[in-house]
Amino acid sequence: MREKRIDHAEAASEFIASTEHVAFHDRRLWDLRKKRDRESESIPEWEELRRLASAIKEHTLTHLADYLEEFERNAIANGARVHWAVDAIEHNEIVLDILRNRGAKTLVKAKSMLTEECDMRPFLEKRGVTVIETDLAERIQQLDDEPPSHIVVPSVHKLRQDVAQVFGRTIGTDPTNSDPHYLAESQRQNTRPYFVGAEAGMTGANFAVAETGSIVVCTNEGNADLSVNVPPLYIASVGVEKLIPRVRDLGVFVRMLSRSALGSPITQYTSHMRAPRPGTEMHIVLVDNGRSERLGMADFWTSLKCIRCGACMNTCPVYRRSGGLSYGATYSGPIGVIIDPTFSLRKYSNLPFASTLNGSCSNVCPVKINIHEQIYKWRQVIAERGQLPFVKKQAMQAAGKVLASPKLYRAAVEGASAASEYLPRFMLYTRFNAWGRQREVPVAPQQTFRQWYIKNRGQPS
Amino acid sequence: MSSRDDILGVIRRHQPAARPLPDVPLFDANLPPMLDRFKEAVTRMGGKLAELPRGSDVDAFVRDRFPDARIICSATPEARGTRDLATLSAPADLQDVDVGVVRARFGVAETGSVFLSETELQVNAIGYLVQHFVILLDPAVILPNLHHAYEQPGFREARYAVLMTGPSATADIEGILIHGAQGVRSLTIVLMSGGAQ
Repeated sequence: MREKRIDHAEAASEFIASTEHVAFHDRRLWDLRKKRDRESESIPEWEELRRLASAIKEHTLTHLADYLEEFERNAIANGARVHWAVDAIEHNEIVLDILRNRGAKTLVKAKSMLTEECDMRPFLEKRGVTVIETDLAERIQQLDDEPPSHIVVPSVHKLRQDVAQVFGRTIGTDPTNSDPHYLAESQRQNTRPYFVGAEAGMTGANFAVAETGSIVVCTNEGNADLSVNVPPLYIASVGVEKLIPRVRDLGVFVRMLSRSALGSPITQYTSHMRAPRPGTEMHIVLVDNGRSERLGMADFWTSLKCIRCGACMNTCPVYRRSGGLSYGATYSGPIGVIIDPTFSLRKYSNLPFASTLNGSCSNVCPVKINIHEQIYKWRQVIAERGQLPFVKKQAMQAAGKVLASPKLYRAAVEGASAASEYLPRFMLYTRFNAWGRQREVPVAPQQTFRQWYIKNRGQPS
Repeated sequence: MSSRDDILGVIRRHQPAARPLPDVPLFDANLPPMLDRFKEAVTRMGGKLAELPRGSDVDAFVRDRFPDARIICSATPEARGTRDLATLSAPADLQDVDVGVVRARFGVAETGSVFLSETELQVNAIGYLVQHFVILLDPAVILPNLHHAYEQPGFREARYAVLMTGPSATADIEGILIHGAQGVRSLTIVLMSGGAQ
């Protein structure tokens, strides 16, 4: 099956068309980045914590099978049921099976990127299960029939008026009232009956602790804890890379997660689910879905260290100005563009080019993933495997020839300034000139640097 | 072959060369005074701090703080409340409760968090379904940071354990901070010694 290649630039042009949205998106995410900086600078041992976090994750990933077995053993001893899913379909079938066996018709769930990755909600809904997203942003996205655009703040691309329209259309609020307090209160009132009535609750996992068999979930709204503690059945969906060895290791990660994500010292709730409440059931679904394959990729396995804080997205100039939905994938931004090609090289072969390679993503990463180097590496893999789009391939071949020859290069530079000055617009702004999209080609200076140098510094040797 | 063996098999084949597991230090040198830091962090995270007026008890404090509250539930012997938690048939029965009262096992200065488990909560949902939450905390059991917190046995022994930090909150609409998202609307920490656990 040949999947359609995601055209990130084309999709981004839709987002860019609304200047109001782009400006807000850029400002809001940069604000999160600045808050993250303030928090990290307030902790003298920040860099030491990053080193520890990276080392703990690398240790775990290089002993992952043993830690998964230890986790399973302890979780079972605690009274939880453990399931294993090779891929998204098996994950969804396991969840459906658990729900059907208990006659559960309604599932209240907290935000989980893994269930997004598995496309679980439509699967369950087609089979008669009502699934309620209970995180405010995730609920907005559910009601608007859109995937999350950011792994931490899924509706960050929407303005308050957009939310007012969505809620007005779907839960009967006043579509002209865009006061965030009114909207958040409406969601609270709308969601409460589901918490009280649902037969099952679900969360993802930020961490899974091998030593205790516990699931750790970090949230702010209280929706995860309601999902865990009110219904008689609790299911946790856990990617196999979420394992950490010891309770002690949580200190390192919990100190950095919310600081990196939102610039707050901790989330309002850091919850540790070790065993079911008496008289209830707890199920843990351990999901592979490509992770074990990624572990074998020498250049890319460290992407599995990711703790999904989103700091790399908040700092990325391309992400901030193109919007998460333009990536056409569950995971967007810098971390997305190194994970997505492992799901489908063809479909996501454009994404590693959605980066300036400025390295800012690697600098803010709390687990020290060399994100920008992996992006660069993907570009080489994509070129080697013949996955470059035609225009980019031709342009790169031409550029390669030109850059290899000083004479050709000089002629090209001088020719380009003449071109931008004299060529008619229809020839300059074609689909073959990526630099002429969404922006005016700058006016070239009267003199090239070489011309200036020869004039002012004499003939080069 | 089962999915379990399948996954573990591929992982074993693909695991890169072993890397060592580092020790995690407690990072407790040169810390600021703990109670001050705790108070500052609680306030920052949207929580309120209170001390009991001399001669007052917790029930009187709650009535005074929440004059409109009709139903009050307490999971600590230090407050009586108006509805006995033992009479609940399901956690959902807490949905009409106005104020919940518990005593935390310990606090964390760095983040302004308190530790609660099923032992302190009795019914876990009391921390989330009620409208307002009052937590008693002995100032003598505040730990400096999260590294110290995770040395506590509660995380290994409790079925459910939470580090709770301020009331429920969201900033999902244009980054505007709103307290009272899905869980409690307000969280008040009463610094009050006692409650040997």
